[in-house]
Amino acid sequence: MRTFLFLAIVVLSGTGGDIAMTHAMKRNGEVKNFSPRALLGVFRQVSRSGWAWLGFGLMILAFVALLALLSWAQVSFVVPATAANYIVGGVGAKFLLKERVSRARWAGMLLVAAGVAMVCAVR
Amino acid sequence: MTPPRNLLAKTIPFLIMVPILGSLGNVLLGKGMRGMGEIRHPSVSTLAIYLLKVLSNVWVWLGMGSLLLFLVIYLLVLSWADYSYVLPVTAVGYVLAPLLAHLLLGEIVPSSRWVGAVFIFLGVAVVGRTPPSTTGRG
Repeated sequence: MRTFLFLAIVVLSGTGGDIAMTHAMKRNGEVKNFSPRALLGVFRQVSRSGWAWLGFGLMILAFVALLALLSWAQVSFVVPATAANYIVGGVGAKFLLKERVSRARWAGMLLVAAGVAMVCAVR
Repeated sequence: MTPPRNLLAKTIPFLIMVPILGSLGNVLLGKGMRGMGEIRHPSVSTLAIYLLKVLSNVWVWLGMGSLLLFLVIYLLVLSWADYSYVLPVTAVGYVLAPLLAHLLLGEIVPSSRWVGAVFIFLGVAVVGRTPPSTTGRG
């Protein structure tokens, strides 16, 4: 039970962090100028967004939960199981970021999730 | 918003750099941390000494620099491309580790990992055929 709770925290907060960060970057607008000065300006602007800080906080929570989980659960279970990120990410992108996730993209994400689970499975 | 064809041309170099920098950062950090040893009796003084030792290692700094660059590029590409596009496409990094381990270190990689790598490539190819942005934002 504790293992699945922490796994859920890892997957949901990790994906939530990415989604909040994506939202912060999208609100700031497409980056077109890649000079160091312009990029510094972009990140200064984004750091004023509450979404960016929420994203950062959720990413840290996911990392800490992963470390805690790895202290008792087997890597061979934890790492492949986090491939669920790809499915949860697709759901979050569709409903929270309002992206048009086509059938092809769902199929691709399922293939990637299965592939990552297989590559990460330790024997 | 950049036109779709230009958007793809702009997105691809960034998506190539993301998994390379991520994998490189992990390898460099791993190389740096390998020689650090284990903390057996944690106390404030031993942790401080350990931290100083870690921060005086050039490989750790190179790894952190690479991971920082990875994060910056990942966030930049998310300013115009869909999260549901970037997330699966950058999973190609999972293929790099067994491939490099096999080619550079001569490690024997189990067949299930190669099958997984094929699944990832197929998934990336399928997602890569969809437009990078569907929201018109960015």
